[in-house]
Amino acid sequence: MLIIENLKKTFDGFVAINGVSLSIPKGAISSIIGPNGAGKTTLFNLITGHIPVDQGKLTFKGVDITGLSPDRICRLGIGRSFQRANIFPRLTVLESVQAAVLVHHGMGFNFFKAVKSLFLKETESILKMVGLFDDRDAVSHSLSYGAQKQLELGIALASEPELLLLDEPTAGMSVQETKKTIELIERIVREKGLTLLFTEHDMEVVFSISQRITVLHQGKVIAEGPPDQVKNDPFVQKVYIGESR
Amino acid sequence: MGFPDISILLIQVLSGLTYSMFLFLIASGLSLIFGVLRILNFAHGSFYMLGAYLTYHFVSLFHSTPIHFWIAVIFGSFSVAILGGIIERFLLRRLYLHEQLNQLLFTYALVLLISDLVKIIWGTEQLSVSRPAILKDSIPIFDQFFPLYNLFIILLGPIIAFLFWLILYRTRYGRIIRAGALDRETLGALGVNVNRLFTIVFIIGCWLGGLGGALVSPVTAIVPGMDVHIIINAFIVVVIGGLGSFWGTFLGAVIIGQMISLGILILPKLSIVFIYILMVIVLILRPWGLLGKPLQQ
Amino acid sequence: MLKLKKESLILPSFVLLAIFLPLTESRFYVFMGTDILIMSLFAVSLNLLLGYTGLVSFGQAAYFGIGAYTCALLMKKASVAFPIAFIASAFLGAVSALIIGYFCVRLTKIYFAMLTLAFAQIVWAVAFKWSSLTGGDTGLLGVPFPLYLDSPVRFYYFTLVIVTASIYALWKIVNSPFGRLLVTIRENPERTEFIGVNVRRYQLTAFMIAGFFSGISGALFGVFNHSVFPDYIYWNRSAETLIMVILGGMYNFLGPIMGVAMLLYIRMLVTSYTQYWPLILGLILAILLFFFPTGILGFLQEKFASDKKTVKC
Repeated sequence: MLIIENLKKTFDGFVAINGVSLSIPKGAISSIIGPNGAGKTTLFNLITGHIPVDQGKLTFKGVDITGLSPDRICRLGIGRSFQRANIFPRLTVLESVQAAVLVHHGMGFNFFKAVKSLFLKETESILKMVGLFDDRDAVSHSLSYGAQKQLELGIALASEPELLLLDEPTAGMSVQETKKTIELIERIVREKGLTLLFTEHDMEVVFSISQRITVLHQGKVIAEGPPDQVKNDPFVQKVYIGESR
Repeated sequence: MGFPDISILLIQVLSGLTYSMFLFLIASGLSLIFGVLRILNFAHGSFYMLGAYLTYHFVSLFHSTPIHFWIAVIFGSFSVAILGGIIERFLLRRLYLHEQLNQLLFTYALVLLISDLVKIIWGTEQLSVSRPAILKDSIPIFDQFFPLYNLFIILLGPIIAFLFWLILYRTRYGRIIRAGALDRETLGALGVNVNRLFTIVFIIGCWLGGLGGALVSPVTAIVPGMDVHIIINAFIVVVIGGLGSFWGTFLGAVIIGQMISLGILILPKLSIVFIYILMVIVLILRPWGLLGKPLQQ
Repeated sequence: MLKLKKESLILPSFVLLAIFLPLTESRFYVFMGTDILIMSLFAVSLNLLLGYTGLVSFGQAAYFGIGAYTCALLMKKASVAFPIAFIASAFLGAVSALIIGYFCVRLTKIYFAMLTLAFAQIVWAVAFKWSSLTGGDTGLLGVPFPLYLDSPVRFYYFTLVIVTASIYALWKIVNSPFGRLLVTIRENPERTEFIGVNVRRYQLTAFMIAGFFSGISGALFGVFNHSVFPDYIYWNRSAETLIMVILGGMYNFLGPIMGVAMLLYIRMLVTSYTQYWPLILGLILAILLFFFPTGILGFLQEKFASDKKTVKC
């Protein structure tokens, strides 16, 4: 579904991504792990077009997406949530998701319809799916951190992506919240038939739901494969001593 | 239209350089305040104007004293600095948690207040200050004369620039200021009193503006409206040189000074349009100016 | 949006006031009323950018001035009929906003603001220097009322109709999907991009819409004053309108209108006593910034809001 070929990215002399190649199969749950600074978020930013690629190629569903703008990449079917809750502070939960739904249906440049009641059903069903239906009139910045991450997910899902990128979806969460979030994500991925690629620090989460794991270290892929194989890879163990929860 | 003869040209270039040095003083204060506090201080021209008016006031006050001009310059520029400090500490600081737009608008409110205050206190007539005794002559250049005072300014400019460069890049405090421009949060986390840093930087910036006004008092008409005139040019200098870049400001000041003085000679009708066009071109092609670094927003 | 019960009374009473104003037989009230109406349209169009899209433009007066000059020049020098000149002003306002905006929206925040200011100053300089066309500093004088609107009262009603229709159009726009996306862009441009929105295109469109309505208000203003001067474009005109918007409240649709009415009224009072209007304006602005940062309307809304949820656009 997503093919990354020999990606390179340098920031002011610091090589963040140093020749990463990998292939994300359709319908699977894949994850990327690695110590802090390994380049996980940078990799995501490169895939979604938020930062330009120095070298290499990105192919999504057979289409070359290298160098495309983020909005085009989103419309092609890649959705993403961000590491720090990246929401619309003064909009309500409903309005935020509704905005994304509007765009997805191409209604963005409509000047005269009353926006309040457009696509309410669809918006509400997304809210129900992420568990925010009861909070739909709450102003986004007043939500708890966990709820904001749920909202993040809702906004990402509104664009009906085929590939969903989640950047540390359980960061900063308690054990119960993590469990709830992971169940939610799994359910959504199953129901919608999404391909999921996520990054995480919580190794339990990673090893419990991933079908494929890629390990990144200093901008390079050092291991890749099903969980058992990666878990027993000696180099991975060396890099990770003291890192796993 | 014949090419102006060489002595006139030289005089214009030197006049341009004189103006550049004044521009540099004001623009560097503007750039410093923007670099560290991230505030575009519209009132900077007003502080310049106050520097000129206060110098006039102190010159009258100390008229009988020898070197009264220099005393007035010191008193004038430092009064402006103190005023700036009071404004920052008690008023501007309260707006730091507000949006950037509010801070900008407050500086505009200051412009309005100061411009009318000046009219109330000193009236609307043109005032003037005589040049200091040791610099009241003019020196001959080919068949023209050029004021010694202006030459003094041309020499003083780079000296002040160099002194500031020394402080910013070779002292511990300068390093703190530069760090504050880059990342105030980390600086605060390292134990630096960021609020006090801001006040000090604002005071220094206002002092530079006030000094510019103080030094310009013998050269130009002291009149309401000089604040608006200089702030527009100072903005252009800072944009062209690069917001927050020290030598960029110097370079920008030299360029704009020459453009204005030569422009008057060559194409007087269009000279005001030229500098705006230059500002537009720079903002379109290279918004961070000639020597600035792209701002991470 | 005000959710007060009183709102249903406030708006219609103002509309009624506006309609029956000329019956007071006072030239002064008609004059003030026309002024407030025209500047309200300009302020609401500015707020489309400022309050709704989060774009701080310091150069909106340029489109106001272009509208004023276009209409006046066409009528005076080319003897074009008013309806055509009027439409041309709106059109030229939008086109110049398109050209200028194209370059401006590529920048963010402070650079955006400075570029809008720089372009506006170029427009001002052209109006100031091109005396043969614009009359330069002395301005364009003797702009006539159009044939069938040749009295202050008639022109007032015409202005009322145009301004009401325009503000209604802006109201529809702001409550449309496009309007919602503008607010989304204001809240978080990066995130909005990643729901599939070409942010710059939306910003440019908003810029053009603002330019269109600014052009209309400029045209009305020029005819109303029978003259057009370069200082219609100068940056303190933009600044004063910005202050009006903030006074009323930029996060409310009606805020700018209230700000205009209040400020024009206060200005009229103050200037009859003293020449130091800038001083008073500066004080008003400072007081606003420290005590009423959300504007008068925002302040009232917060005080009387029935629940916390209504604190937004």
